[in-house]
Amino acid sequence: MLKYKTFVKKTRSGGILKVVREHYLRDDIWCGSEVCVECKDETPVLEKDPCMESNLCTFPHYLIPDTNVVLHQIDVLEDRLIRNVIILQTVLQEVRHRSAPVYKRIKDAIHTKEKNFYTFTNEHHRETFIEREPGESANDRNDRAIRVAVQWYSKHIPDSANIKVVLLTNDRLNKEKAEQAGLIAYKCEEYIKSLIANPELIDQLALTSDDKNEITSSKILFPEHLPLSQIQAGIKSGKYIQGTFRANRDNYLEGNVFVQGEGDESTEILLQGLQQLNRAVHQDVVAVELLPRKDWVAPSAVVLQDDGPKAEDDEQEEEEEKKLQMKQVAQQALKPTGRVVGIIKRNWRPYCGMLSVSLIKQATRHLFTPADRRIPKIRIETRRADSLAGQRIMVAIDGWPKNSRYPNGHFMKSLGSAGDRETETEVLLLEHDVPHLPFSQNVLSFLPKMPWTITDDVMKNRVDLRHLCVCSVDPPGCTDIDDALHCRDLENGNLEVGVHIADVSHFIRPGNALDQEAANRGTTVYLCGMRIDMVPELLSSNLCSLRSDVERLAFSCIWEMNHNAEILNTRFTKSVINSKASLTYAEAQMRIDDTSMNDDITKSLRGLNKLAKILKAGRIEKGALTLSSPEVRFHMDSETHDPIDLQTKQLMETNSMVEEFMLLANISVAQKIYDEFSECALLRKHPSPPSSNYDILHKAAKAKNLVIHTESAKELADSLNDAEIDGFPYFNTLLRILTTRCMMQAVYFCSGLDSDFRHYGLATPIYTHFTSPIRRYSDIIVHRLLAVAIGADSTYPTLMDKHKQAALCNNLNYRHKMAQYAQRSSVAFHTQLFFKNRGILNEEGFILFVRKNAIIILIPKFGLEGTVFFENKNKPSPKMVFNEEIPTLTVEGHTFNMFDCVRVTISLDASNIQHQKIRMALLEPVIPGVSVPPPDSEPEAKKMKLDR
Amino acid sequence: MAGLELLSDQGYRLDGRKSTELRKIQARMGVFDQADGSAYLEQGRTIALAVVYGPHDVRGSRAKIQHDRAVINCQYSMATFSTAERKRRPHGDRKSTEMSLHLKETFEAAILTHLYPRSQIDIYVKILQSDGGNYSACVNAATLAVIDAGIPMRDYVCACTVGFVDDTPLADMNHAEESGGGTNLALALLPRGGQIALLQMDARLHQDHLDTLMEAAMTACKGVSKVLDEVVRQHLQETVILTGE
Repeated sequence: MLKYKTFVKKTRSGGILKVVREHYLRDDIWCGSEVCVECKDETPVLEKDPCMESNLCTFPHYLIPDTNVVLHQIDVLEDRLIRNVIILQTVLQEVRHRSAPVYKRIKDAIHTKEKNFYTFTNEHHRETFIEREPGESANDRNDRAIRVAVQWYSKHIPDSANIKVVLLTNDRLNKEKAEQAGLIAYKCEEYIKSLIANPELIDQLALTSDDKNEITSSKILFPEHLPLSQIQAGIKSGKYIQGTFRANRDNYLEGNVFVQGEGDESTEILLQGLQQLNRAVHQDVVAVELLPRKDWVAPSAVVLQDDGPKAEDDEQEEEEEKKLQMKQVAQQALKPTGRVVGIIKRNWRPYCGMLSVSLIKQATRHLFTPADRRIPKIRIETRRADSLAGQRIMVAIDGWPKNSRYPNGHFMKSLGSAGDRETETEVLLLEHDVPHLPFSQNVLSFLPKMPWTITDDVMKNRVDLRHLCVCSVDPPGCTDIDDALHCRDLENGNLEVGVHIADVSHFIRPGNALDQEAANRGTTVYLCGMRIDMVPELLSSNLCSLRSDVERLAFSCIWEMNHNAEILNTRFTKSVINSKASLTYAEAQMRIDDTSMNDDITKSLRGLNKLAKILKAGRIEKGALTLSSPEVRFHMDSETHDPIDLQTKQLMETNSMVEEFMLLANISVAQKIYDEFSECALLRKHPSPPSSNYDILHKAAKAKNLVIHTESAKELADSLNDAEIDGFPYFNTLLRILTTRCMMQAVYFCSGLDSDFRHYGLATPIYTHFTSPIRRYSDIIVHRLLAVAIGADSTYPTLMDKHKQAALCNNLNYRHKMAQYAQRSSVAFHTQLFFKNRGILNEEGFILFVRKNAIIILIPKFGLEGTVFFENKNKPSPKMVFNEEIPTLTVEGHTFNMFDCVRVTISLDASNIQHQKIRMALLEPVIPGVSVPPPDSEPEAKKMKLDR
Repeated sequence: MAGLELLSDQGYRLDGRKSTELRKIQARMGVFDQADGSAYLEQGRTIALAVVYGPHDVRGSRAKIQHDRAVINCQYSMATFSTAERKRRPHGDRKSTEMSLHLKETFEAAILTHLYPRSQIDIYVKILQSDGGNYSACVNAATLAVIDAGIPMRDYVCACTVGFVDDTPLADMNHAEESGGGTNLALALLPRGGQIALLQMDARLHQDHLDTLMEAAMTACKGVSKVLDEVVRQHLQETVILTGE
């Protein structure tokens, strides 16, 4: 049925290798167009009336971009407007070879049905395949292959359809040749500019190197970067050093190159001045050359901000000035100093920030100021500066020519107006690298089809627990319920306790797009008033959520316990459950307390509660820590979603009841999977902190005449319990908050690659995460391991590969950290919104830390932390004495101790719209010249402003 | 992203085949005059040459003699120029010995050895060019050579390899696909009865996938058998014309 032609390419490179390759050419590759009658394509992708109105192409047409257009203009191609595009296999392969991120994006575009992108396998089509001619370079051959494919299309599509194909290329030679062959070819820029429907798209065009000649004066500002081959030779010979460039947050003319040494050794090389930085951007991998010792400098303590376009001479002056300053620095403060000779790998990403509109009216070139101060300003071209001013926008860097002061970039998209709730949320998600885009069609295609029912096939390897009186207890408004509990009396007088966890791994099969997406997201991110799901909503809020009165698949962990909460027997099984009630913590508490209620659910809850108390006592006996961190909840206005009130989280008995059983399940599962797979179990550990971490705690306690023992978790827990001061009830909480700050981060790891498994905080020798598979990917892996261990599911190679598992752990740890940061930023932003609405407030707070020139204050009412500075640029600083030992700070005769109670005013400082922050100023104790008078006098409060 | 994309989203493999398609098989029988039977076979770019001597008296040690059936002696070798890098030893290394043993087992299962007691059949196979699926090319070539020698067999023995990429079985893998490091299942089948003469698999595979993989391998082997049958008939026709009967 298929005709093919075989040929062999034999090449000898270096006279050693013989390469034998086969290449089949086919007749059954369809053109993918709806108008075509010849091709027997069942589901043509390209529409029969492609409609993209353009001044240049007034006829209906399909687009064929070449490789460089796809690589550089992917932002444009992703736009909704661009449809009916043919992506040639040649192009796709080249893109795959050259840029993995772009390859992924173009593949996503191809998978999106509405975009009508079609992949034409031209390399295997009998009529479009070409062989490389002698003397022709690989690139030229590919260009020719693209032209041949375009030619084939223009002949192939029947004339009656009146559809033409348009080649988009930025290569002049390619375009000329295409036109000679009678094809329609445009430069990408020309074409996009001609589009009628959306003139804004022009701004998203990346600037190509062709345009650079006009952008800046031809004066060369930077030394040329060395070619990669020279850099590699230099690094080998030790002449250059490879490292990651980190820009200084406070001084745009300074940066560090972080050089990863062998083992734990790593050094930093200082770079100072534009010439030395030589166009390196934060996070780039660069090659540096060390300067001779006599040119070494010390890091400056000056805060320098790039204030926008000035004459270049101005800049030079500034530098000179600084150089002079350096001369006086002591010899020992000098640091190894170097200069960037070349860039090994750019690590550019899209940046969020705001436009600084050019002073000249009608100008199309503007500078863009990124929110991250370590990123230089970026020059972009846009016609919409007026509408973009005051908006948060995203910009990508295209390049940084040596004659340009700033990198050139292009506008990607607008996120909305600055200060807006949605916009700011988007910004913080982007800046914390939280994947938050809607799930792609490819991912969604792996969801189960609705309506979903439990079939006999599913019941294989599953126990029917629908008769049990299971209920779930969660915070109010929770829709992703991943755990449920039950407890009942057994005939032998013992108790049966079950923890039932949503069986997410049943729906997410290893290796498919849905699984990969979830693995990449790693965790669900909870922000104030919104949730960024790890798995699509159909699963998180419906099929996996253990809601009441529906049949749901679960993974159950069932213990037989006696009345002293000793485990007699543990059983794991996949199951089907039917939850009888979804309660909130408060509801559950009410049922337990209400003696008149005696139904099955309540009895079950009481049994659980009783056992939980025993378990908790046992855990604390072993030395588990109860730590504290000021957590707040916002009461949101249901209409505007603006925060209207703040409340610190309330803990009830039922909270700890659920927590106890989750901990128990996690520990039981951890033991089980470790017994079964000692090499590749995914566990979680919490390293014990080095004793130096506790210094601050010791000092703080000493100041209050208390002693805190930190030799072991048990001693720490005990001494924290005993630390009470009469008449100061909040002291214990403060101490616990402080202890929390001393702790290390808990991390996931693979058991085969580590030997220390202990979880310090929970005081258990082994621990993992099993109980929240809807919102954590680690739990899904643990589910899979456990399912294999009990023979309920099959294994797959990556699950058993400890190195792949370790790589996964790294990603999960990173995502968890970022999610936490995002969460904190979100709380901080909402706090700002809250104070914006409230105006200036006076509150009582406690001193949490004492610093050299400031005190850090915690306000229990809002769980808010802020800094009061005693230095001011515009005023002579007050007399300050800092005692590091106790620690105390004496300002103008008044001594601040840790845990001192002070009164402060809280206001929002909106002077810098990109970095709004909460500002605190001292009210009491009154120190002349330092504290502020009680408010209703805003200008006074502003005096405390410090440019940081 | 590293490595090759063995199966594109459009369902094409590196060389343009779809997942179930075999490589082009070309073969000739009776290429040598002095041997009792011989065959030349190209399976894609893998080229194998097989010669058969016998049945004849058992040579060498008399201890080998079997009183109820013929002894089959197989020797597999690879030409020094057959692989990308020149081979030092054409035969006798561990891999070749293993392959010889596999071939022997395969043909003991297929040839009606009980018809020739106290005798020996020699099968020599040489790989002239290797591009994946050496074992299957050898088996297919040897089958033709045995038929050419006029030795009765239960059925054609047809062999084919199957790989497993992205949950899809890939029939008749070439060298690039084999070097990807995934599962590689080689099956030698007596297609008419569906009996398995030899089954071998490298690398790990989950049990659940074995059935689909076997299914694909069977289909592929049946495809090979059709081609071989065609070659035999063609050869017969030619000889009939030449001998003028």
